[in-house]
Amino acid sequence: MRKLALSDEILLSVEKPARYIGGEINMVEKDPLKAEIRFCMCFPDVYEIGMSHLGIQILYDMLNLREDIYCERVYSPWVDLDKIMREQDIPLFALESQQPVRDFDFLGITLQYEMCYTNILQVLDLSGIPLRAADRTEADPFVIGGGPCAYNPEPIADFFDIFYIGEGETVYFDLMDAYKEWKNTGKDRTSFLKMAAQIPGMYVPQFYQAEYNEDGTLAAFYPTVEEAPDKVQKQVQRDMSDTFYPKKPLVPYIKVTQDRVVLEIQRGCIRGCRFCQAGMIYRPIRPRDLEFLKERAREMLRSTGHDEITLSSLSSSDYRELQELVYWLIDEFQGKGVNIALPSLRIDAFALDVMSKVQDVRKSSLTFAPEAGSQRMRDVINKGLTEEVILKGAKDAFDGGWNRVKLYFMMGLPGEEWEDIEAIAVLSDKIAREYYTVPKEKRNGRVNIVTSTSIFVPKPFTPFQWSPMVSKEEAEQKRYFLLDKVKSQLNAKSIKYNCHDAEVSELEGVFARGDRRLCDVILQAYQNGCIYDAWTEHFQYGIWEQAFRDNGVDMDFYLKRERGEDELFPWDFIDIGVAKQFLLAEYHRAKEEKTTPNCRAGCAGCGALKFQCGVCVEERGAGLDEGED
Amino acid sequence: MKARIKFSKTGSMRFIGHLDVMRYFQKAFRRADIALSCSQGFSPHQLMSFASPLGIGLSSDAEYLDIVLEDGESVDGFVPRLNAVMNDEIRVKGFTLLEESSKTSMAVLAACDYLVTVKKGKDSFLLDIPGRREAVKELLAQDSIEICKKTKRSEKIVDIRENIYQITDSLQEFEAFTGISYGTAALDPVEYSPVLYMQLTAGSVVNIKPELVIEALCRQAGEEYGWLSYQIHRMEMYADMDAVKGEVHTMSSATPCRLVPLSEYGRNEDFLRHKETVPKKN
Repeated sequence: MRKLALSDEILLSVEKPARYIGGEINMVEKDPLKAEIRFCMCFPDVYEIGMSHLGIQILYDMLNLREDIYCERVYSPWVDLDKIMREQDIPLFALESQQPVRDFDFLGITLQYEMCYTNILQVLDLSGIPLRAADRTEADPFVIGGGPCAYNPEPIADFFDIFYIGEGETVYFDLMDAYKEWKNTGKDRTSFLKMAAQIPGMYVPQFYQAEYNEDGTLAAFYPTVEEAPDKVQKQVQRDMSDTFYPKKPLVPYIKVTQDRVVLEIQRGCIRGCRFCQAGMIYRPIRPRDLEFLKERAREMLRSTGHDEITLSSLSSSDYRELQELVYWLIDEFQGKGVNIALPSLRIDAFALDVMSKVQDVRKSSLTFAPEAGSQRMRDVINKGLTEEVILKGAKDAFDGGWNRVKLYFMMGLPGEEWEDIEAIAVLSDKIAREYYTVPKEKRNGRVNIVTSTSIFVPKPFTPFQWSPMVSKEEAEQKRYFLLDKVKSQLNAKSIKYNCHDAEVSELEGVFARGDRRLCDVILQAYQNGCIYDAWTEHFQYGIWEQAFRDNGVDMDFYLKRERGEDELFPWDFIDIGVAKQFLLAEYHRAKEEKTTPNCRAGCAGCGALKFQCGVCVEERGAGLDEGED
Repeated sequence: MKARIKFSKTGSMRFIGHLDVMRYFQKAFRRADIALSCSQGFSPHQLMSFASPLGIGLSSDAEYLDIVLEDGESVDGFVPRLNAVMNDEIRVKGFTLLEESSKTSMAVLAACDYLVTVKKGKDSFLLDIPGRREAVKELLAQDSIEICKKTKRSEKIVDIRENIYQITDSLQEFEAFTGISYGTAALDPVEYSPVLYMQLTAGSVVNIKPELVIEALCRQAGEEYGWLSYQIHRMEMYADMDAVKGEVHTMSSATPCRLVPLSEYGRNEDFLRHKETVPKKN
């Protein structure tokens, strides 16, 4: 029988005890005593969110392939258990062995969104690991951060020993080998970090010095030891078909957010939307081989018993063999009661045909992400989607029997005018009107449109990294303006409007383009009680405001300035392949309302060519058909 | 093809709720490539039903799940095939094909056997052998045992005296009463000290939870009922061969009840060659 870290009393007094017992189907069991390296992989949010993350499943599988490594998992204890663990001094434990995280060699934390930063401190704190890397000793694990937020690691630099910049498939084994070598020498902690710093993609923040100008901008950023490089190279897995991908993903007992097989069909995106960080940092797009995907789909469905499979990518429609793959999945698995989910699909004839086969048309909804209401604004953000295409897609869908539509927009985009916001309401209404062109007898009741806006947050390594962010007061104003406009539309009763919280977005904006001076703010907010900031019911804006004030850090410095074209950014030491000059040229084109063709329609010379893979080395001419939008 | 599975649920699986156990089995059947008949419609689900949900925290050696097999393909070697894709703490212990006319185990459930233990490090007056014997004797001497039964919708006072078919601290006595040889329960006797065995009315009309009986014993002894001190373990579930529709058997019923374990009820006798075997743990 598995020995659990928590007593029956505790498990029976907390919500969803299954979050803490491990033992899931396909969990890797090894003897911890025999593992030379114990690695604990962490998603700093609640179990149901963390278990839905593909990246951890890939790395968990990959690290456990090696006999000398035992990779286990930990997630943020929910607030109920958090309280009990503090009261009773129970150390945070990994799910597999149920043993304390502090005894591990590594704690790897995935950084998927800025609002998880206080949860990182929660995990360290409950584990009994000193929060600041500088205070750790040989008895503590090395704390590694990775994932999208590692592309600007500076606001949390003090809490990490190492950041892994880029895709995990490439150099983790090199890092593990270096660790084994170091462990045998018996040298101090710093000497391992010096070894790590020499591995491409590894950033050791304590080996770098930041200097600031009087106006608060960064004056210089440089390494202080010879082992640390000036520039850290983003890691790219060049071949996506000859690489690590789980055959036996973990199957949780409780329902999690992503309770299905996830098939990542490609990584990267050709579109080049100017607000999108993923579209830049994962360049170039690299599709996986069709046969590889079929084989993995079959194996994962068999080994998990899931009744649903979903395709994952930034823009599934750009996977060239999508039709073949989807029809194969339907033929192969639908008869066995397996549902096929297709997110991020452009609505066209193929999409509607597939969706009518895999969903109940009357119950499901269609999703469009025009991102901006007016064509002018869509040109500014380089979203290659025209009103004509949206309305045609909606019309075809309504003819096919759908009557629910979800629309996603952003507010506060650079150069946004009141007309652009009004256009969101107008476009929503036009879609509703399109519904009533369908003959009455063919309609399925009333049309139902849900229009959602989020607040645009400028991100590093995007053309908008120079752009100011809308303040929360302006965002509120814009929200009421839009609400009013929605209400004055002909089909106002069929349109429901939702808006994202402005205070959370503001903090996200600060952290996204922040620097090292924010570490103290985050630490204080955590010490004063902030955790689970991504959860509305736990978000405490007042404590954050106080922490900024007490540390003399001005949020507006990070939010409201348009940054100078020659300003040195805290994240400039990272080389993502895409050149800063390219991003700046794109920023200029945005101001001129000029679009840039997608990677397959024509190379814009972003710089990712140097990785010599994916779309950059695809046969030219083969993709000309994708050029039209 | 109707079939019934008997399984155990122990250890950390005590913390997995009923609906999640359902999902667990749905996935396990797919992993084992055992085809179950499905409901119709756009989101078809496998046809399965449990005899009686087991509360979170309780363990069991005898849970029952009714399923409808798509065909006979998986009948041979069913138990090892399913166990090969299951974890160590939910194990299939038996499999039997049912008559096509047989009712679901939920519909025919009439009684359950329970083992009550005290968790290691916990105190209870039931740990004292003469004390608990006296307490049981005193309880059974009462004409009525009134208990406040709380449901999600209401609270009501019920008399459970007639629903306690048996209560004893002796396994031998209990085995003699039920006619079953239980073998070793999947509970570590070091962690969990057995104190009482009981057989109680169960089913959709009247369902008496063992907690209610412990509570009654505690109240009688003037002790606080600390539910966390006890580990309750389900040992068997029964159908009543002589059940009358809509009537619940009580101790004073005119017709005696004839209980058989659910694994033997409604069994397809042509299936005897597939008689229940307890598989070795792999």
